[in-house]
Amino acid sequence: MLDLVDETPRVRSLVLAVPGWPEHLAGQHVDVRLTAEDGYQAERSYSIASAPAGERLTLTVERLDDGEVSPYLAGELRAGDELELRGPIGGYFVWEGALGGPLLLVAGGSGICPLMAMLRLRQAAASAVPTRLLYSSRSLEDVIYRDELDRLVAMGSGLEVIHTLTRSIPEGWSGLHRRIDTAMLGAVAWPPAERPLIFVCGPTPLVESAAESLVNLGHEPAHIKTERFGPTGG
Amino acid sequence: MTEQELRLDGNAAAGLLQEIFVHEVTAARGACAACGSVGPMGAQHLYMSPRSPGAVLRCSACEGVLMVIVRAGGRFRLGLQGLVWIEMQDVDATS
Repeated sequence: MLDLVDETPRVRSLVLAVPGWPEHLAGQHVDVRLTAEDGYQAERSYSIASAPAGERLTLTVERLDDGEVSPYLAGELRAGDELELRGPIGGYFVWEGALGGPLLLVAGGSGICPLMAMLRLRQAAASAVPTRLLYSSRSLEDVIYRDELDRLVAMGSGLEVIHTLTRSIPEGWSGLHRRIDTAMLGAVAWPPAERPLIFVCGPTPLVESAAESLVNLGHEPAHIKTERFGPTGG
Repeated sequence: MTEQELRLDGNAAAGLLQEIFVHEVTAARGACAACGSVGPMGAQHLYMSPRSPGAVLRCSACEGVLMVIVRAGGRFRLGLQGLVWIEMQDVDATS
């Protein structure tokens, strides 16, 4: 591990150098395996948050206090430590520039990670694919990659980011303040006739509800790709 | 915990499937034996937990069982009773 970046009070990015890493696709994940001194092993999947870039990759890990793996990765791990990885994995929940758009990304909490890989790839490839990100967080402090998202939007390459905060809002907040619902998706998404490619990632209830809303709004189920966190136990 | 809370996407099984198949299977399409729906494996419903010895992939249209993978005793057992066919990219074919 090369470097650590604290993204929010509970979320940390790990920058890794992996010798022999075959370049990944935006949206793919890796399995991280930890082995205790007594031989006990625990393995978890993490989405890759960085765009493809040689042998470097970034994982962003939310610390779940009752988890087996995330408290170590997001708490105790230090630069120079080694990790056992398997990957890149997955060929379904992926986006490449050639797939085009428009692109609608819907994230809940740390569900932003694989979508961030897509946004970073889009930026690195100087893609002008019209892209909207609807991102639900508990509070402004919990928004992962907040500054980077602001910078990407300011570049004026056709990216719009719409935040919604579900718990506390800062004073003077003029943005959305509720969970993602059908009306919100209807207002944010392109009309179904424009056939947007849609990626939804977050906790299972958010993903199910957003996917159902999008189908009800008339979007083709085959264009809606989902990644549920589920009760993976962190 | 409810069934909904336990549900994952088939793409979460990509690592497990990579242990068994040479090909990337989550992008492969398959046909459900129960209802005939056709779709990518990554879009189906997966039930798998880190402490369980296996995974069950169910059809996202009818919840029929498509695939059961059990990993125990040094082997994998793969049950494919719910799939009529599965179609993968031919990696040797020029695209």
